[in-house]
Amino acid sequence: MGSLPTRLLFPGGGGRGRLLVEANFRRYMRHWLLLVTGFAEPLLFLLSIGIGLGGLIGGIKVGGETIAYAAFVAPGLLATSAMNGAMIDSVFNVYFKLNITHSYNAILATPLSTVDVALGEIGWAVVRGTLYSSMFIAVMVALGDVRSWMVIACLPACMLLSGSLAAIGMAATTFMRTWQDFDLVTLVQMPMFLFAGVFFPVSAYPPWLHLIVVATPLYQGVALCRGLSLGHLEVSMLANIAYLVVLGAIGLRITTRRLARLLAP
Amino acid sequence: MALETLTERGAAQPRHGWPPWLRSIWQHAYFYSRTWRSSIVSSFVQPVMYLAAMGLGIGALVTKSTGTVSGVSYLAFVAPGLLAGSLLQLSATESTYPVLAGLKWIKTYWAKVATPLSVGDVVIGHLGWVAIRCAAVATIYLGVMAAFGVVAGPLGLLVVPAAVLSAMATAGPITAFSASQDDDTPFALLFRLGVLPMFLFSGVFYPIDRLPRWAQLLADCSPLTHGVHLVRSLTLDRSLAIGCLFDVAYLGLWVTAGIWMTMRIFTKKLVQ
Repeated sequence: MGSLPTRLLFPGGGGRGRLLVEANFRRYMRHWLLLVTGFAEPLLFLLSIGIGLGGLIGGIKVGGETIAYAAFVAPGLLATSAMNGAMIDSVFNVYFKLNITHSYNAILATPLSTVDVALGEIGWAVVRGTLYSSMFIAVMVALGDVRSWMVIACLPACMLLSGSLAAIGMAATTFMRTWQDFDLVTLVQMPMFLFAGVFFPVSAYPPWLHLIVVATPLYQGVALCRGLSLGHLEVSMLANIAYLVVLGAIGLRITTRRLARLLAP
Repeated sequence: MALETLTERGAAQPRHGWPPWLRSIWQHAYFYSRTWRSSIVSSFVQPVMYLAAMGLGIGALVTKSTGTVSGVSYLAFVAPGLLAGSLLQLSATESTYPVLAGLKWIKTYWAKVATPLSVGDVVIGHLGWVAIRCAAVATIYLGVMAAFGVVAGPLGLLVVPAAVLSAMATAGPITAFSASQDDDTPFALLFRLGVLPMFLFSGVFYPIDRLPRWAQLLADCSPLTHGVHLVRSLTLDRSLAIGCLFDVAYLGLWVTAGIWMTMRIFTKKLVQ
């Protein structure tokens, strides 16, 4: 029946994609240090920026109340940790399996289909995103950077974010030809990390730039996590959720079609 | 056939009178002339974006709250820090995967020692090339800083050599580390548990006296702390205090130790 994470993720069996998640899980158990330390990046940012810059910045105004800078930046970094977890697996590892080891050709020789491959890889990215997010939420609570019990709802928000980004990331990976194309991923991921509201409020931007920033997927995740962690529920969150669901669906659709074309015998 | 193709493409060949170490550096330059595109984002776009996000975005928050940091605007404070920090990341990247590629995956270093080049030439080739890459990025970065108006005076001209010294303090030891590995799995750990903490806790983003006492002591040992201090003093045109001389000496110690370790391990690997 498989290991604990796959059983939790697919309680009803979940189709054959489950098997791929299981395979990824087993592979990573051999490199568990690599898996666990992926969480170090946002955590170190939280400790360094939250504590060090917090002293320089003092309070920051969000939704009419002034909060400590660490409480502002923490949910942003939480969304980042979900993004990083999802992207590592859906881009780098998928490229490797698709073009170097040709694992998917082998997988398709079994009863698994391209849809199973897509769902399996995205499912695994969600597992990894969930792992990082839950550890990060625990650290936020321990450091006192959380203002509401609603922070618990950040976990499903991060799962949605990582699933959605994994789907679109995997779709993009199916178009990559060389290692050099990874630079394009960095070119999208890094500006989102720096400018999509993780470190400072997007209200500081001029209107045209504001529109661009608000249209990025990471912004949706940051808005959800920040609202929940501060206890500010807003109607706009429904739009954030809808955005991520639609993006994920588009990514999944493109991925399955591309895989079918690339891997056709 | 292969040689013919190269000549047809007009590739400049090293001249006959060149000393071996220069030919060794040339090999890296030639390799880079084929792959430079993939380095544009990480070498040039990323530092500028960090400068914009941190200097302007967070800078606005700091200005609203405490005004200045160490007597200057946050942008002026963070820019030299980010220069030293970016070069740490560049020198670390250049001293990990490419080293293992040279020694193990495509074995260019084996090819080099099979010619009249010595192991020392191979080491000079690698570290010299890292220094050149760092100097190029530092020069462009200095230009961007000048455009932002944060270079205070003529001492700014010393920023490039200072930043390269800072980067080479880590390039040597990381090269030695990489050369002693069998595969690239430890590199991800090196970046997550070594390079990133150094980048975040060495006074790039705020003065290290904001850290708890024990963390300050750790930060003081980090070569990047001294690189940041040196580059920042020169950018802000603070008088060359005795502290800067200490920075140079401390960084020089790391550079020397790094070269020594690299020589040892390269010799062990390449001389049978």
